[in-house]
Amino acid sequence: MSDLKGNNKLSKSTFISFAKSLASNRLTFSVVVLLIVVVQNIITTPGFFKITIANGLISGYIPNILDEASELVIVTLGMTLVTAASGGQDISAGAIMAVAASFCGLMLNGSEYRTDVFHSPYLLALLVGLLGGALCGAFNGFLVSKLRMPPMLTSLILFTAGRSIAKQITHGQTIYIMNPVYKWLGVQIPGVPIRTTIIVSTVTVIFITLLTRLTSLGLYIQSVGINDASSRLVGLKSSVIKFLTFVLYGVLAGLAGLVGSSSVGSVNSGELGLGIEMDAILAVALGGNNLGGGKFSIAGSIIGAYTIQAITTTLYAMNVRADQLNVFKALIIIVIIVASSDVFKTKIKHFTQKIFSKNVSVGG
Amino acid sequence: MEKLKQEQNNSDCMGKQPGHNDEAGPSLKMIGIGKSFPGVRALNNVDFSLRCGEIHALMGENGAGKSTLIKVLTGVHPMDEGRVYLEGNPVLVRSPQDAQRYGISTVYQELNLCPNLTVAENLFLGREPLKRCLIDWKRMNDEAECLLKELNILAEPTAQLDSYSIAIQQMIAIARAVNTECKYLILDEPTSSLDADEVQRLFDLMRRLKKNKVGIIFITHFIEQVYEICDRITVLRNGELVGEYEIENLPRFELVKKMMGKEIEVLSDLSVHKDESSSESEVPVLEACNLSSGASKVAPFNLKIYKGEVVGFSGLLGSGRSELVRTIYGADKAVEGQQFIKGESVTIKRTLDAMKHGMAYLPEDRKAEGILSELSVRENIIIALQAKRGIFKRLSRKEMEKYADEYIKLLDIKTASKETPIKSLSGGNQQKVILARWLLTNPEFMILDEPTRGIDVGTKTEIQKLILKLAEEGKSVAFISSELDEMLRTCSRIVVMRDRQKVGELTDSDLNQETIMRTIAGGEQ
Repeated sequence: MSDLKGNNKLSKSTFISFAKSLASNRLTFSVVVLLIVVVQNIITTPGFFKITIANGLISGYIPNILDEASELVIVTLGMTLVTAASGGQDISAGAIMAVAASFCGLMLNGSEYRTDVFHSPYLLALLVGLLGGALCGAFNGFLVSKLRMPPMLTSLILFTAGRSIAKQITHGQTIYIMNPVYKWLGVQIPGVPIRTTIIVSTVTVIFITLLTRLTSLGLYIQSVGINDASSRLVGLKSSVIKFLTFVLYGVLAGLAGLVGSSSVGSVNSGELGLGIEMDAILAVALGGNNLGGGKFSIAGSIIGAYTIQAITTTLYAMNVRADQLNVFKALIIIVIIVASSDVFKTKIKHFTQKIFSKNVSVGG
Repeated sequence: MEKLKQEQNNSDCMGKQPGHNDEAGPSLKMIGIGKSFPGVRALNNVDFSLRCGEIHALMGENGAGKSTLIKVLTGVHPMDEGRVYLEGNPVLVRSPQDAQRYGISTVYQELNLCPNLTVAENLFLGREPLKRCLIDWKRMNDEAECLLKELNILAEPTAQLDSYSIAIQQMIAIARAVNTECKYLILDEPTSSLDADEVQRLFDLMRRLKKNKVGIIFITHFIEQVYEICDRITVLRNGELVGEYEIENLPRFELVKKMMGKEIEVLSDLSVHKDESSSESEVPVLEACNLSSGASKVAPFNLKIYKGEVVGFSGLLGSGRSELVRTIYGADKAVEGQQFIKGESVTIKRTLDAMKHGMAYLPEDRKAEGILSELSVRENIIIALQAKRGIFKRLSRKEMEKYADEYIKLLDIKTASKETPIKSLSGGNQQKVILARWLLTNPEFMILDEPTRGIDVGTKTEIQKLILKLAEEGKSVAFISSELDEMLRTCSRIVVMRDRQKVGELTDSDLNQETIMRTIAGGEQ
C-alpha cells in the first residue's frame, strides 16, 4: 500500500488497470456488498464468527444465515436461468412453492388436517410435490416459449391463482404434518449435525452449476438469451431451451416449497414463500446479471442471495422491527439500482478517467 | 488561418492540396487528430477538411479509423490530440448534442429511429412544435409533410415508421438530421442495404442538400458510388491519413491501391474454374422440386445444385432471393414441395435438420441473425458444431480452444484474443467468425447470403477466394450478393429472381452484367 501512496508511477498504473478490470467484473459489485455487510456485522456483533453446537446442531450467526437463505438460494438459481434464457422474470415462485407443498401435504396427510401418520411413502410425496412444481413451470414455459408471451405477464397468472389452487388442494386449511420424519428436509436428519436446508441448497447449487457447465445447457441458454434468431439459425431449438428453464424453475421453486413447509412442519399456502420472487430478482440483479437476458453468473446470483439474507438477518439483529425491514431493503435496492445503472457507470468512468489523466499529466 | 494552411502545406503526406483558392475555403477542418484506445492507436495525426456544398468520401478498410474520426468529430469519443475548426473558429465538441448545436448531424448505418412511432413523430422527436404546452399535432404533421415533399421522400407523415422499407427509413433519418439546422451531414454507410433504384433516390437527395450548401461526409464501401457522387476523397489507412484527393485525379485502381496500401492482386485473376464434368447424369447435391414457403414468401421453384459448384442468386432487394435460400435451409418453413439431398428425399423441419444434412447458412443480417454479440469469439465459432453435437456431447474447453485458434489463424481473424466478445470486433472480422462457425461444421453445401456486405475490400477478396477454394474442394456454395461483378467473378451459374419468383438460370455466355440485368428487369425473356 505504501507503494501506491508514493509517487511510483508503475505501481500506480498497474493499480489503476487492476481497479479497472475489477470494476468491469460482474462479480465485484456483489462481493463488495457482501463484504460491507460482513464487516458491519463484525463491528456490531461480537459473536459473529462464533459457532457452537446446540442440540446436536451446529449453530451461530453464519450457519443461521446459510439456513435462512436456503429457500431464496434455490429459487434464485431458477430465476437466474429463466432470466438468462427469456430476458424476463417469473414472479410465480412463491405461489409455486405453495402448490408444491400442498401436493406433498395432501399425499402425506390424506384428508386429515392434522396427523402424525403418513398416508403414502415420504419420498413419493416429495416427488409428487416436485412434479407439481414442474407442472406449474411447464405451464409458464409453454406460454412464454410457444405463445411468446412476456414472462412476467405469464407468471402473473400463477402469481394470482397459485395460492388459491394450493388452498383448494388442502381444502382451504393449513395442514399440520406431525410425523417427525417430515422435518428431515427442513430441519435436521437425526445424527447429522448440519441443518438439512444448508445441505439441500448447497447440493442444488452444485447440481445446477454442473448441469450448466458439464453439458452445453449453459452455452445454449446464453445464446438463446442474447439472440433468439441467431440461435435458431445455428440449429438451437430456442423454444425448447426456454421451456426447459421454466420447468427447472418450477422444480426448484417446488423444492424450496418443500424445504420451507418442512422447516415449520405445516403447509400454510397463504404464507409459504410470500414475496420470495422479488428477493430472487434482486439477488439476480445484485449478482451482476443482466435482467434483459444473455450472459449469466450463478456464483454472482448466489452471492446476491446470501447478501440479501445477511442484510435481513443483520437488520433483525440490530433490532429493526419486521415492519421497518422493508424500508431498509428499499434503501439498499435504490443504491444497487443506481450503482448498476448505465448513466452512473459512465459518470464514474469519466470521473476515474479525469483522475487518471490528471495523474498522468502530473507524473509526466 | 494562414498559419494553419501553411501547416497543411508542409505536411508531406497530403496528396493534392485542395481548396486553396476556393473562395469559401474549407469550412470544417480537423488538424492533427490523435486518438488511442487501450492497446490500439486508432488515429494518428489525421487531417481532414470539408467545404460547404461538397460531398466528400471518407474511404478506408475496416479498422482504418473512419468511424473513430467521425466519432471524435461528433463528440462521441473525446480526442487525445488535435484541433477542430468550424469556419475558422476553434471549437470543442464534447458530446453529440454539442455537435448538433454546431450543425453537425450524423446518420448512422444502424438507424436510431423509433420504429413504432409515426414518420412525423420521428422527424420531430425531442423538438415537437408546441401549442400551450401540448404537442401541436396538426402543425407537426403539416411541417413533416412539407419537409418530406421538399426532399421528395414518398412517405405519409402519419404512417408508422416501420411500415416503410429500410431505404425510406434511411431517408427519413436524413430528413430528420437535415431538419436540425444542419450544415455538415455525416452519412455512415447509408447505401449498404439499399437497392440500385433506392440508391439513386438517396443520391438525388444528397445532390439537393449539396445545392443548399450542406457539406456531406459520405462513408461507403461501394467504390462505384463514390465516383458517381463525390467531389473529393480522403483515404485513411491504419489510423493514418494517406491523402486527400480531387476525384478526377484519382482513378479507381489507384484508390483501391491507396486503401489497401499494397499492390492487390488484380481481382480479375480470380477466375472460375469451370468444371466441364457437371454433366446431367450426376446426382445433384441438392435438389428442390416445387419447393415453396407460401406465395407471400417465394413461389414454388425447382433447383439443382451439383458438387463443387458456386451458384449465384441475383435479383433486386425483396425479389425473394434470400427467402429462397432460407426455405432450402429450413429457416423459413416450406409449405409444399420436396427436397432431395444426393438423390434421397429429405424433410427439413428445422434448421438443425438442414445442418445434419451438411448444410450451412450465413444469414444476410449479420447483426440481427448472425453474431451472438456478448459471447466470445471462441463461443461464437463453436456454437454451430456444439448445437449439431447436441446438449450432452459438450466439446471440452481444450477442443473449443483448439478449434478457435485454428480458425482464427486460418481466416486471419483480427481479434485481441479468442475470449474477446465478438461485438468488439470490426464488421469484416465478425463475418469471418461466422464463416469459421460454419466451416467448422464441415458442410457440403454452404449458403452465403451477402457475406461481403459492409466489409472492406481486402476481406471481400479473401471471402471470394475462400468461396472458390471451397468449390475446388468439392463443396457446393449458394452465393448471394448485391454486387454483380462479385457474382460474375465467382459463380458458374446464376439464378435470377424477380417478384418472389425464380425467373431464370444463366450460364456460360449469358454470364455478363447486361444479360443478368435484363433478366432481372424482365420484359423480353
